[in-house]
Amino acid sequence: MSSGLLTIFVSALLINNFTLAYFLGLCAFFGVSKRIETAFRLGMANLFVMVITSVSAWALDRFVLVHAPYLQLIAFILVIASTVQFVEMVIKKTLPALFRALGIYLPLITTNCAILALALFQTSRAYGLVQGLVFAVGAGLGLTLALVLMAALREEAELSDVPALLRGTAMSFLIAGILSLAFMGFAGLFGGT
Amino acid sequence: MTAAKGRFGAELAKGIAQENPIFVQALGLCPSMAVTNSAINGLAMGIATLFVLVMSSLMISALRRLIPSQVRISTYVVVIATFVTVADFVLQALAPGVHRELGAFIPLIVVNCIILGRAEAFAAKNRVALAIADALGMGGGFTLALLAIGAIRELLGKGSLFGVSLFGPHYEPWVVMILPPGGFLVMGVLLLLFARLAESRRRAAAKLAAEEAA
Repeated sequence: MSSGLLTIFVSALLINNFTLAYFLGLCAFFGVSKRIETAFRLGMANLFVMVITSVSAWALDRFVLVHAPYLQLIAFILVIASTVQFVEMVIKKTLPALFRALGIYLPLITTNCAILALALFQTSRAYGLVQGLVFAVGAGLGLTLALVLMAALREEAELSDVPALLRGTAMSFLIAGILSLAFMGFAGLFGGT
Repeated sequence: MTAAKGRFGAELAKGIAQENPIFVQALGLCPSMAVTNSAINGLAMGIATLFVLVMSSLMISALRRLIPSQVRISTYVVVIATFVTVADFVLQALAPGVHRELGAFIPLIVVNCIILGRAEAFAAKNRVALAIADALGMGGGFTLALLAIGAIRELLGKGSLFGVSLFGPHYEPWVVMILPPGGFLVMGVLLLLFARLAESRRRAAAKLAAEEAA
């Protein structure tokens, strides 16, 4: 059982990293990865929303959606939207500086596909409450890891001599491609699960 | 009448070229890389998104006077989620193979920023006909972009196009192109190409302006 949980965790964190292997949450990945500090905090906000979403998606799926499976998508997205609204209010009240730093990307967590994908994957793989929580923490940390790595690389690139045409999005994609190549190396863990 | 028609055409055309959602606005990137490991998958995803975009733009534009602005985002999301559910079921019935390959990415159309973006920026402020033109243009541009990325990746990664082998048995597939890193790399090179084109067009325009001034 515990090894099963470890597999779920490491798989979500590294092998099937949400950003670099599944292409989820790319808007924020390219949008907020200019500074390490902000990237880390956005990652943490995502992690928090993911954990709450995981629990509520589990409860919804278990108790409500058995009666109306076609409502799954609508129910999930409403839960996510209200969670994000709640997180937004809490951060605004307690950490106004962080609130300003995250700007538009805080409400945009609602349309961050990583969150909805988490709820959908968790349901389709029939994870229980604990497995879902471990999955959410792994995926959230994986997202943060990718964001911070990307931000660190872009901070370096900012200082180096790059051809004008490459500056901006094109270079970010090439960097992401190389990062993603590196993360493929983790596929060998656990004999290629 | 002709003016109205011209407006319709202009809204239709802008999404395909100069405001292409993927290459110019860089919106909706997640599906554009996650499902484009073959041309057919890219095309299917593009058409599903086009359908949802057109239907939800129509609905939101028709209801634009009835939706209170405080809850507009939630309303849009519910409308979009409804049409995505429809698209999901239809695709499952018509093309189960493709549906299986696209997996979770069909439900994820809900959170495609293009759709919510067009709802907020265009459909909520314009007449139904114009909203449909805009949605068709944006959806068309999105579909073309996905098809292009899918075709390039399939060609390099498998040596085939729409499942038909092109290079014969001696082609050594460049497998990494159909794996996740290939998506980022192909997209990076394409963006570079677009930036180059825009740059040379700008230079030509500047040169022309300078000549005219002289």
